Amino acid sequence: MHRNILASYSRVPLLGWFFGALAAVALERLAGTHLAMVLGLQKIPVLFGLSDMIKSPVQIPNVIGYLLIVYVIPAAVVTRLSISPANWIADLLLRFPTAISAAVHLALLYAILHVWSGISDYRVLVLRLTLIAVMLTLSLNVVNGYMGEFSCSHPGFMALGAYCASVLTIGLFGDAELFGAVSLPPALGPLLFPAALILGGLVASVGALFVAIPSFRTRGDYLAIISLAFLFIVKSLIENLEFVRGPRGLSGHPDWADLPTVFLWTVLCVWSINNFVGSTIGKALNAVRDNEMAADAMTVDTRRTKMAAFLFAAFWAGIAGGLFAHVMRYVNPGNFGIQNLAEVLAMVYFGGLNSVYGSIVGAVSISLLGEALRPLEIFKWIIIPLLLILVMIFRPTGLVAFRDLDVANLLKPKRQPDGEA
Amino acid sequence: MKLPLLQVRNMSHNFGGLRAVRDYNLEIGSGRIRGLIGPNGAGKTTVFNLIAGMYKPSEGEIFLDGEKIDGLPPHRIAAKGVGRTFQNLLLWRHMTVLDHVKMARYSKIRYGLFGAFFGTPGRNREEAEIEAMAVRLLDRMGIRHLADQVVHNLPYGAQRRVEIARALATEPRILLLDEPTAGMNPEELVQIMEIIRRVHGEFGLSILLIEHRMKVVMELCTTIQTLDFGAVIAEGTPEEIQNNPRVIDAYLGRERAV
Repeated sequence: MHRNILASYSRVPLLGWFFGALAAVALERLAGTHLAMVLGLQKIPVLFGLSDMIKSPVQIPNVIGYLLIVYVIPAAVVTRLSISPANWIADLLLRFPTAISAAVHLALLYAILHVWSGISDYRVLVLRLTLIAVMLTLSLNVVNGYMGEFSCSHPGFMALGAYCASVLTIGLFGDAELFGAVSLPPALGPLLFPAALILGGLVASVGALFVAIPSFRTRGDYLAIISLAFLFIVKSLIENLEFVRGPRGLSGHPDWADLPTVFLWTVLCVWSINNFVGSTIGKALNAVRDNEMAADAMTVDTRRTKMAAFLFAAFWAGIAGGLFAHVMRYVNPGNFGIQNLAEVLAMVYFGGLNSVYGSIVGAVSISLLGEALRPLEIFKWIIIPLLLILVMIFRPTGLVAFRDLDVANLLKPKRQPDGEA
Repeated sequence: MKLPLLQVRNMSHNFGGLRAVRDYNLEIGSGRIRGLIGPNGAGKTTVFNLIAGMYKPSEGEIFLDGEKIDGLPPHRIAAKGVGRTFQNLLLWRHMTVLDHVKMARYSKIRYGLFGAFFGTPGRNREEAEIEAMAVRLLDRMGIRHLADQVVHNLPYGAQRRVEIARALATEPRILLLDEPTAGMNPEELVQIMEIIRRVHGEFGLSILLIEHRMKVVMELCTTIQTLDFGAVIAEGTPEEIQNNPRVIDAYLGRERAV
């Protein structure tokens, strides 16, 4: 009996899980405050109660009760109940192109995130920063995981993207005197924002060219050293540019990086990187990493492969940087230093090398953990590295390494092995 | 006069002060199997690396079907039709058997980076074509059932087949096989010889074969070159080579008259 219940969950398609999650977040939105009061909590636990539990351990049972009543039980029940309708809908969607099925799933996912984050502005902020972390982690995984090199310049590319996009949007729409008194009509803003981000990404790619040209002549540690140097060069360059107000940073960004925008860019990033690493041209990265001589002998243009992947990764880091600047609505060079590099590297290696899933898992878990452990202040930077060390000991390639993201397979209805729906 | 498929003229190569290959000449016509033998350290693998472009020859020229190929980067030479396998099995340890064969189609892919990033319909169509072709090739090599396996789990004989299938997927005109039977048991040995014969027959390939087992060389090759200290010391049919005193000297050492 017990096993049957668990086994029935293996027939839940992705859609069913989404229904369950949506039910849970909707319940929280409608009745969360009351339930929290009944359970003796002052307000809805913001990030799954982790920080509340750390702040006052007495409340641990209350928080766990809240999590069970609001998230776990409703989600489990609705998921179980939705097995057949969800499978039916997934079956129906299968008749249309994958793009339509994917769009439906993404819309549901967005609805879940939207309802969940609607509780507080803090959740919206954390969610946007987490999505940006996913972009950064995934793009760094292309270099450090798929290509097997060690690049340290990701915050540098992020800074290039962030400053380029900021200068454009603030200069053209804000009240700053960057370009004199040029001010375009605000209606143009939403159109220009993607262009500014893409330009930032391209500038980051050009920056990547300066790292790639000298370091891809040979294999080895050169990329790590050159890219680290590049990170410091970019940082001190910005610190000394009076044009962008040096170390004081830029502020007054227009508020364009709202949740749907960041979500959309993240989806684009995951989609295009997943396309790339799934194609034979992208898999050439693995061939170059595992044995470059064999790749050469099998007609793979190793230099072109490495350059393309590195510039592509830098492009997405630049986009992520531009979004980051507009989420915080303030950038200074201090945002893009060693600390930031360490965080992104931790996300990549924690989540898993050579894996799109892994990057998402790593970015989300480290970002949420970082926020949740905030009350511990400096001890946060003891706990997270400790976790990383444990993962490195027990799973040296990360939590979910070497796993392909097979979209078509993910969206399929799930049936019993004998074909019974 | 018909041009030989692969022609190497007066090729020499130095590693620092060591003259690894000296004044090496080779001509292979279409559809021939040529053996390359010699004691350890004679420079056989260096000759392969020079032809395939891994090293640039210090002197001499290499022509493929009349076209000069020395000095080109190795992936260009491979794309022009020089396929090879490696003595110590250079496979990509995290990739599946199918991906190995698909990867060898790299130079023939038309969809480009744009297609790779955006998953265009053209890309999907072409990836499907490549996959179908790869599966056919695996089928012919008798390893289709292993298509989704990661290579480092496979037995040695199967890994050899993957390597040969991968080399064939580049559509070579000449195949350089570097000790394809190294480390094989007698059963696998018979199978791999059968495969080499089939590859030669069905694909009409020219083959240059480095081999230590005399039985294999004698059975497969029409002519044999013997290399010692980087220079060709004998060339001829298997019988001529077997009875050539200089070859026997190279392998067994000279008996000194006291």
